[in-house]
Amino acid sequence: MKQLVRVFATIFIVAFGLMFLAARLNMTEGYSGNNTLTIYNWGDYIDPDLIKQFEKETGIKVIYQTFDSNEAMMTKISQGGTTFDVAVPSEYMISKMKEEHLLIPIDHSKLPNLKYIDPRFMDLSFDPNNKYSIPYFWGTVGIAYNSSMLGGKKITNWNDLWDKDLRNQILLVDGAREVMGMGLNSLHYSLNDTNEAHLQEAKKKLASLTPNVKAIIGDEIKILLANREAAVGVVWSGEAAEMISENKELNYVIPKEGSNLWFDNMVIPKTAKNIDGAHQFINFMLDPKHAAQNAEYIGYSTPNKKALDYLPKNIANDKRFYPDPETTKKLEVYENLGKSMLAHYNELFLEFKMHRK
Amino acid sequence: MQSRTRNIYLIPYVLWIVLFVIAPIVLVVYYSFFDIEGHFTLLNYKKFFTPVYLRMTLSSFWYAFLITVFCLLLAYPTALLLTKTKHKQLWLLLIILPTWVNLLLKAYAFLGIFGAFGPANALLETLGIGQKQLLFTDFSFVFTSVYIFIPFMILPIFNSLEELSPSFVDAARDLGASPWTTFRRVIFPLTLDGVKSGCQAVFIPALSLFMLARLIAGNRVITLGTAIEEHFLVTQDWGMGSTIAVFLIIAMAIIMILTGSRR
Repeated sequence: MKQLVRVFATIFIVAFGLMFLAARLNMTEGYSGNNTLTIYNWGDYIDPDLIKQFEKETGIKVIYQTFDSNEAMMTKISQGGTTFDVAVPSEYMISKMKEEHLLIPIDHSKLPNLKYIDPRFMDLSFDPNNKYSIPYFWGTVGIAYNSSMLGGKKITNWNDLWDKDLRNQILLVDGAREVMGMGLNSLHYSLNDTNEAHLQEAKKKLASLTPNVKAIIGDEIKILLANREAAVGVVWSGEAAEMISENKELNYVIPKEGSNLWFDNMVIPKTAKNIDGAHQFINFMLDPKHAAQNAEYIGYSTPNKKALDYLPKNIANDKRFYPDPETTKKLEVYENLGKSMLAHYNELFLEFKMHRK
Repeated sequence: MQSRTRNIYLIPYVLWIVLFVIAPIVLVVYYSFFDIEGHFTLLNYKKFFTPVYLRMTLSSFWYAFLITVFCLLLAYPTALLLTKTKHKQLWLLLIILPTWVNLLLKAYAFLGIFGAFGPANALLETLGIGQKQLLFTDFSFVFTSVYIFIPFMILPIFNSLEELSPSFVDAARDLGASPWTTFRRVIFPLTLDGVKSGCQAVFIPALSLFMLARLIAGNRVITLGTAIEEHFLVTQDWGMGSTIAVFLIIAMAIIMILTGSRR
């Protein structure tokens, strides 16, 4: 009994000691005052150098926290108790957060660098006039494939995936919108289609893909494709860029029938304490030089037109990640279909997943 | 006076049960009566009895059954062997040790082991069988699940074998029973309680394995857990998620009653 008490007392003292130490460390580094900015971003989604540069230029201390899914991010913000000043959700989540009044309007007059953003990426359906959000990165959904594993065969469109030679070779990303969108696009329907007949047709078409599907998973696709575990993967462009840098045999293609165009935008959530600092940060990231540095580091596509001039030519001219306007014309942004339609999409996706070989 | 102090001691326990057992179950049942827009409805229950969810239930039960059977087949001989070894505590510790490692970590390890270029395939290659697809198959799913659950099967069986007085076995042998008859008529019936609680400890969590179904089976195995996760996290259709959870709770209660000891 005595020993037990002693053990508990030790744990108690150590825990409090660590808490005290952490608080002291934060204080000595100047984290306690009003002059801090809390950024809530995806993991590994910014060049850490830029944060240091921002701190030096403005004297604002940055506290950087990360999330790994839009849903987790929104839950944390809507529950409150946090002080996130800037967050970087994806477009469908922005319209959801807008509906639930979780965002603060952005003052464009405080963002002189906004003029560098390509007008193609401004004023989109999920946020008219960019009232609440400013583009950070963008990308597409497409097919990453290992041409040497396919005997030099090329993949150019969604329907190529139904090829009998690809038996058990395809990894799909575990997302209802992505996979249903692929089914709809392969039939030349819009990936925001809500026509029941079209959706059923897409589900049927997807079911016939089952023999080719090896697995439906998440971030693991990156490792599996890079390790030649499978030849083909349906992935986001940024993940593809990362994989290609790891395994040169891989290639990425935006399917001809059309695909999804996605955005991660910077927003100021309701929890913000340092709204002025948040604007400063957004403006800092919009600076073409900073945007270029960030894009080169992360490998995603920057929406900053001027930044392209600062990027190495082989990146800026890479049609796979900076598609020409003709290709982008065929890309669609996910519209917020509403809760019940989204539930229906998921139901169909679940049925597809249950379809046995 | 004495009964009053006893009541005071009861408070933490009752609070715990009310807050963390009764309240969540009541909430789950409550939510199951609402649709996605927050209107009262019984449709969720109707939806559960559609082919999609019934097939999902069937497959959940089938895989949980397979996992339990393989666990039992491996665990009983192991437990029997354990009671006969010299350093019981050491062996027992070695069996419990893997449960200290995070489940996710173990799952990722199996991704590597079963991979196309992993050790499992290297072994098949040297045996002359040749490379096979192991990852994302029923085999790898059941194998990994058995690996993860087996300590929970071995422990109760081991305990009941330990409690078994050796004089019963000696008596059976003295009266001329063969080793097999002794096992069938004496040892096994007397350790049935351990087997039952082992089966409960494996079957019930195996019903809703969603993480392994995703990582190891690549979502080629869909369990009720997968659907619950999707409804709560992605579609935010808490009603349907809760309805599935209600059915799981009912199924678990039935299993508990069926395998409960009748003493």
